[in-house]
Amino acid sequence: MLQRLRENKAWQGTLLALPTTLWLFVLLVIPLFLTLVVSFGRRSPDGGVIYGFSFHNYLRLLGYSTDCPGGQAACFDPLYAGILWRSLTLAFWTTVIVILLAYPLAYFIARSHPRRRNTFLMLVLVPLWTNFVIRVYAWMMLLREQGVINGVLGWIAAQFGIPFQPLQMLYTPGAVLVGMVYEFLPFMILPIFTSLEKIELPLYEAAADLGANPFRTFLRVTLPLSMPGVVAGTILVFIPVMGTFIVSDLLGGKQVILVGNLIQNQFLSARDPTFGSAASLILMIMTLIVTYFYTRKFGFGEEIIAA
Amino acid sequence: MNPYRRHPFIRVATVLVYLFLYTPIVVLVLYAFNASRTNILFEGFIPSFGPLQTSGSLVTQSPCGPFHWFCELSRNREVGAAARNTLTIAFISTLTSTVIGTMAALALQRYNFRMKPFSQIFLYIPIVIPEIVMGIGILTLFSQLFGVLNSALGLAGDSRLSLGLGTVIVSHIAFSVPFVTLVVQARLQGFDKSYEEAAMDLGANELVTFWRVTFPMILPGVLSGALLAFTLSLDDFVITFFTTGPGATTLPIYVYGLLRRIITPQVNALSTIWIAIVLTAVILLQRLQNREA
Repeated sequence: MLQRLRENKAWQGTLLALPTTLWLFVLLVIPLFLTLVVSFGRRSPDGGVIYGFSFHNYLRLLGYSTDCPGGQAACFDPLYAGILWRSLTLAFWTTVIVILLAYPLAYFIARSHPRRRNTFLMLVLVPLWTNFVIRVYAWMMLLREQGVINGVLGWIAAQFGIPFQPLQMLYTPGAVLVGMVYEFLPFMILPIFTSLEKIELPLYEAAADLGANPFRTFLRVTLPLSMPGVVAGTILVFIPVMGTFIVSDLLGGKQVILVGNLIQNQFLSARDPTFGSAASLILMIMTLIVTYFYTRKFGFGEEIIAA
Repeated sequence: MNPYRRHPFIRVATVLVYLFLYTPIVVLVLYAFNASRTNILFEGFIPSFGPLQTSGSLVTQSPCGPFHWFCELSRNREVGAAARNTLTIAFISTLTSTVIGTMAALALQRYNFRMKPFSQIFLYIPIVIPEIVMGIGILTLFSQLFGVLNSALGLAGDSRLSLGLGTVIVSHIAFSVPFVTLVVQARLQGFDKSYEEAAMDLGANELVTFWRVTFPMILPGVLSGALLAFTLSLDDFVITFFTTGPGATTLPIYVYGLLRRIITPQVNALSTIWIAIVLTAVILLQRLQNREA
């Protein structure tokens, strides 16, 4: 038996990969399948699941409603479709802003002296490794009505004798956007840096020798070569932003409900796991579609691992 | 041409982005030493040591002096329990995922076998799927499984299977294994097979070759995979949120629960300790890297 195992390479490979494959199958693949099954079911009065095969949860998410103000049999209720749309646009704008902020910094680090490069990179890691929830808390402190920003503004106003009304910043869509940008910025800096660092210096010299000015060099050499980093960063930012619920919960309050909050709510307080499962699958499909078209256009870089 | 030349715009933008990254952190740390209980403006440090004295919302004297909130925190039993849980989960899940993840990386890079495509595709699931989708999926799995098992085995009361440390650890392994495997795989890709062949030619068997040749060469990859798994586990909120149960609260879950009710300088003290640990780890890491280079 052992002798045969020694000679059979295929068996050795299977055995080595088995624990990981099995673990991922039981804890990732089966749960996804269960979510699918549950999403076709109906909620039982005690918050359990009555299995069945009906698309009513999906129809409800897309706006189909049987509880109409005018008493009709069916009408369009934009509540859930609005939540999906809001999550999508927020993820889009977060990604755009994060790219705009991350690119110059990544460029600066990649073009700094090798001896100082590590220090600059480590400065990006410290906020990244400081816990996610703690980083949201920092923004609660800054933004709340009696928070640091209002405190500082009020103090400045007092120095000039101007009357000051504290600004309402916490529990607004803007607060959620700032919080998301802050949370996910490092995930964009690291992959862009990795792809910029790979560009060989003689390439720049060649571009300069051929008469390209620095701006043209950037557009025609640097930017295209750093695209794998931008793509990887976008995947690392866009997908988690779509599903995060802490940022919107703590910085948006009841004002900014995202699909993550909807799902969480269905499993904890509303107790309708069937509807929550359907929302979760819609979320997954939305991210997969966006990722698929995005990576098909730009390619799927190995920068993801580097980050 | 100076290769390190950077446009002034880049320099200004860099300074601004670093400011954006660090202002919240500096505020967080500064306010951990705030004399003001309401934590609105920084009202200075707590000036003197001695029995607790307050005037209005200011703490004017504390047995711990400026470290008042740290002492308050250290007396908080819930924080102690949460910290223990967090570390237990991180250690066990890192150890397990590093071992099985490295094995899988070797298999995927060195062997051909029938389920290889599945093994490889499964690794990308946690990257392309939002965490909350995984979280509620695992929650559904455990609640269905435990429901069936509890009634089949006739378990009741305290002996019933329920969510807790075990379920959190098992789930943490699931989301960190793919990262370990991918990192080690990347390391194996740039690795010259002729060293192993030379060892075998010189009479070493497979086991000796692995421990004396292959393992030392992939060790940096294994270590950075382990470090990644550890930080992912420490930082995780979403998966833990859905798989934890009574008595298995972790620090992020505890802080989240607290923030929904009150804002207290104790959270700043906790954050400061966390940031100090991260800073130390990052500096140590840099020292190590510099020595290697």
